[in-house]
Amino acid sequence: MSLLTVSDLSVAYARIQAVQGVSLEITPGSIVTVIGANGAGKTSLLNAIMGLLPAQGEVTFRGKSISRSPTEKRFSFGMSLVTESRDLFTTMSVRDNLILGANRCARREIDQRIGDVFGRFPRLRERRSQMAGTLSGGERQMLAMGRALMARPQLLMLDEPSLGLAPIIVREIFQIITVLRQNGVAILLVEQNARAALQVADYAYVMELGEVTMQGPASQLAGDSRVIESYLGFGGVDANQN
Amino acid sequence: MDATTLLLLGQDSLISGSIYALLAVTMVMVFSVTRVLFIPQGEFVTYGALTLAALEAGRVPGTAWLLLGVGVVAAVVALFRLRHALSLTTAIRIIITDIGLPAVMLLIVQWVAPMKLGLIPEMILTLALVVPLGPFVYRIAFQPLAESSILVLLIVAVGVHMGMTGLGLVFFGPEGYQTSAFSETVFDLGIMTVSAQSLWVVATTAALLIALYIFFERTVSGKTLRAAAISRRGARLVGISTDRTGYLAFTLTAMIGAVSGLMIGSLTTIYFDSGFIIGLKGFVAAILGGLNSYPLAAAAALLVGTVESFSSYSASAFKEVIVFTIIIPVLLWRSLFSPPAEHHE
Amino acid sequence: MNPKHPGVVAVILILVILTIPLAPIPDYWISLLNNIGLFSLVAVGLVLLTGVGGMTSFGQAAFVGFGAYTTAVLSTTYGISPWLTLPIALVLTAAAALAIGSITVRLSGHYLPLGTMAWGLAFFYLFGNLEFLGAHDGINGIPPLRIGHHDLFDGRAFFPVVWLVVLAAMFLTTNLLHTRLGRAIRALRSGTIANEAFGIDTAQVKLIVFVYAAVLAGLSGWLYAHLQRSINPTAFGINIGIEYLLMAVVGGAGHVFGAVLGAGIVTILKDQLQDILPKLIGGQGSYETIVFGFMLVVILQSARNGLWPLIINAFPAGPEKLPVPSDDSLAQRAMPKSGAVPVLDVRGICKSFGGLVAVNDVTFLVGAKEIVGLIGPNGAGKSTTFNLVTGLLRATGGEVLFRGSRIDAMPARDIAALGIARTFQHVELAPEMSVLENVAIGAHIRGSAGLLAGMLRLDRAEEKCLLGEAARQLQRVGLGEYMHRPAGSLALGQLRILEIARALALDPALLLLDEPAAGLRHLEKRELAALLNKLRAEGMSILLVEHDVEFVMGLTDHLVVLDFGKLIAKGVPAEIRKNPIVLEAYLGGVV
Repeated sequence: MSLLTVSDLSVAYARIQAVQGVSLEITPGSIVTVIGANGAGKTSLLNAIMGLLPAQGEVTFRGKSISRSPTEKRFSFGMSLVTESRDLFTTMSVRDNLILGANRCARREIDQRIGDVFGRFPRLRERRSQMAGTLSGGERQMLAMGRALMARPQLLMLDEPSLGLAPIIVREIFQIITVLRQNGVAILLVEQNARAALQVADYAYVMELGEVTMQGPASQLAGDSRVIESYLGFGGVDANQN
Repeated sequence: MDATTLLLLGQDSLISGSIYALLAVTMVMVFSVTRVLFIPQGEFVTYGALTLAALEAGRVPGTAWLLLGVGVVAAVVALFRLRHALSLTTAIRIIITDIGLPAVMLLIVQWVAPMKLGLIPEMILTLALVVPLGPFVYRIAFQPLAESSILVLLIVAVGVHMGMTGLGLVFFGPEGYQTSAFSETVFDLGIMTVSAQSLWVVATTAALLIALYIFFERTVSGKTLRAAAISRRGARLVGISTDRTGYLAFTLTAMIGAVSGLMIGSLTTIYFDSGFIIGLKGFVAAILGGLNSYPLAAAAALLVGTVESFSSYSASAFKEVIVFTIIIPVLLWRSLFSPPAEHHE
Repeated sequence: MNPKHPGVVAVILILVILTIPLAPIPDYWISLLNNIGLFSLVAVGLVLLTGVGGMTSFGQAAFVGFGAYTTAVLSTTYGISPWLTLPIALVLTAAAALAIGSITVRLSGHYLPLGTMAWGLAFFYLFGNLEFLGAHDGINGIPPLRIGHHDLFDGRAFFPVVWLVVLAAMFLTTNLLHTRLGRAIRALRSGTIANEAFGIDTAQVKLIVFVYAAVLAGLSGWLYAHLQRSINPTAFGINIGIEYLLMAVVGGAGHVFGAVLGAGIVTILKDQLQDILPKLIGGQGSYETIVFGFMLVVILQSARNGLWPLIINAFPAGPEKLPVPSDDSLAQRAMPKSGAVPVLDVRGICKSFGGLVAVNDVTFLVGAKEIVGLIGPNGAGKSTTFNLVTGLLRATGGEVLFRGSRIDAMPARDIAALGIARTFQHVELAPEMSVLENVAIGAHIRGSAGLLAGMLRLDRAEEKCLLGEAARQLQRVGLGEYMHRPAGSLALGQLRILEIARALALDPALLLLDEPAAGLRHLEKRELAALLNKLRAEGMSILLVEHDVEFVMGLTDHLVVLDFGKLIAKGVPAEIRKNPIVLEAYLGGVV
């Protein structure tokens, strides 16, 4: 059974068609990645799935249609999105950001979940009273993920989690992604770093100009010559030379 | 100007400054949470004062009927917007909360108004009639436009101001009223007298500001409002409904406006259209504070109160001119020294 | 509106205006029509300000008052002829608007309406308290207008004056919208960044629009004073200011004809409501504000563009005229010679946002006739570097030299004028404007026609050159067939190419392209590469950010590699391909 089904989704804003007739599917506990050039419509796709952008088409989550539900409803059904800009509450503390991630829960439950998040991201514990706006790029990404995890989602959508992060932090983030999958969280990953994304993902889609042009098991796409040429960049060059 | 006059004007400044501070702080709050520059804030001041005045006179205040009318409009609008996905339970819930509750309020008021229950119960009744208007206004006018530009929301706010002033005239009539004071006591301090009423105003303001501070800093509800103010998208991503924060912000606004009305009603005669100018002075303070800082807005409000008191003493004809032109130097300063916009607004 | 014979329409309208006073229309309606005309003038200004320019004002009534009081004082106290007070009234109104505008237009959008609200209130109280303006009683006995030996005493005689002025204002405003300055005004709503990057001083354009709207209001006030022959402050209060805005919003805030429609609807409605409502409700008072308030809210909720578009959409417009690329072309820039001073010389530039260092001590050169690629992972600081070079951001350290002179302290529009044009990673176009007009924005600084020339159509020769140049660049990049489509209807890949055409229309010596190939298909990438090679051969230097490594490798003379804001490598493509540091930066994220 699939956790999330997107069928024939289209997004247009400011009269520009950003996503056109995209269909995709995620099964529980799997990692699915969407790769593509900047401006291919990946971010619009995630935002539309989360209900941040008005879209046409069907989105089904856990067997129920959520196409008409607002973002906050979709969140309460068990899906979370970490956006490219992170959208943290910059002038509030790390702790307050996490509290707000579970703002419907009782105090005791909140405290327990904060403990879990600190267990996963020990660095956030050290920074708990600091303003979110003063964190480094990697810490912001961790806080954004931690805030999303406060709701114990079944589907976590990540938009460019490696954006602007040092390789060592990127490695850390991808490790956490694989651990989350082991804990049963399904992940929809949009990533510029196509090589890293294809390594952790089970299944992958390639988007070009708002449309899905290729899809298949991640390992298969990672070996596809067109993918190598267009998206693995130096990776492709590197692979050819070795 | 002798010392007595100076002290008297100082006292005057503090009282009006306190009220402007309350209004300025809530305007900053509403703006940051909903991006609405809520021009009609002053109308709640009017409604509060005139509702209390009617209750004191043993009459059923127009607001009781107005609340029912607005409730009916809100219900019709809600039913219309949900027409494609309407269940019977939702429809019944909408009718009960939007029409039923205001109808019950009207019956209660019709029953108790002639009894003249005394100042405190009448004040509570006033708040119960005026405060629900806040979330109703948000639902009818602003919620469908929540994602629009600040400019569109501002024009809508002006439309709401026109509507609320006109309805004020219909429901309260053109006559002005003054309510009785919390206290008639006057303390004689030798060189000057201090009325207990003025102490009440300042103390109530301080208490409300502290309560707001605690609400924003300590409660999860308050934090959701701050979160929505910092990042609307971030708030939605953690399940905070911006509709709900909108209601909350407008409820607070209506409450603080009405409380200001209760306080100001005993100090001066209030007409159906007095609120506009009072509210705008709060706005002047909010703008002076840069529309993003509560302490600066409150401080600026005291400045506005001071400028107003002293100019009404020395150049009374030009009092309003002076008050409304003090934003000019501040805008000039900001224009000259703030960096040119580097990104989209 | 795109009538086939504008001259015929104008003559008919003039004849109608001249015959209406002779027709057996009751005085009551004549005076109502006069009022509609006076209000239309103000609303036309607001249409330009709000609907086209994306700004707004609640203080137009105060500008009307300025015009009215100026002529009232001068013609009563000093006995000056109304015709002589007209220029004085307009100049004073313009000066007041210039003062208010110059302190608010640079601030974010909502300060202008708030500023005008405060100004409107302050001036209302000032009008009502100054003795020489007659305080609350106002000024009586204002002389009527005099044409030849005829005093225009009654409304019927005044009617042609009012409506001929309205017609002229509509004509001039429509002209203005289809000029170089008009394009700059219409592009205001889509943000300021692209406009500044193409040499348009957006603050100045905003100010021009604001003053223009105020002058129309002042003109309306001057007419009002001589029509009524007595004035008092109530006609110039903030509530009236709000009603003017209502007229513009109801009619259609983007259409000159909508202004007249809105003025008509609001005026007639107010007249009727003031009759009906007091009878319904009982008592006296301006109950119509309730209806107006609701109207404002409902229109913004359900018909954002007002009623006029609903009317004209019922009449499909004919095909637009194609501008013929003209032979008389614009002056072209002499391209830099190879070997001399580098075209672009970036020396140790830095930029930090708060504590975050986005660009850290980056140094590189772009020579004449060179294509240089700026590459690196997302977030490496490439777009920030572009913004520093083009002046959209101010560097916190380092120097930028263009053809030997420092440009790092210059505003974007001055840098553009030197001959640096760019495209944007996130497309920055005006979606409602046509493809051709968007490209013509690129040629903005190559023209010089201003407000008056545009209004009076004295700019036609230059305009033909500008549009011709735009059309030529569109054909060059292969978008010629889309010329008259709204830019928003193009696909994303085409929009990126459209941005290149706009940049070329500036006639740049240095072209900065931010991810031009993103979203293009294979064949389109090859065409783009061919175009860029051709531009280089013609003498242009190009700096480009691109992710498609194969595209960059095949095209560039040099590469500059950034990572975390730092320069990590420079060199010819073959070297970069083997550079271990570069490979680590790109591959480092692998688990």
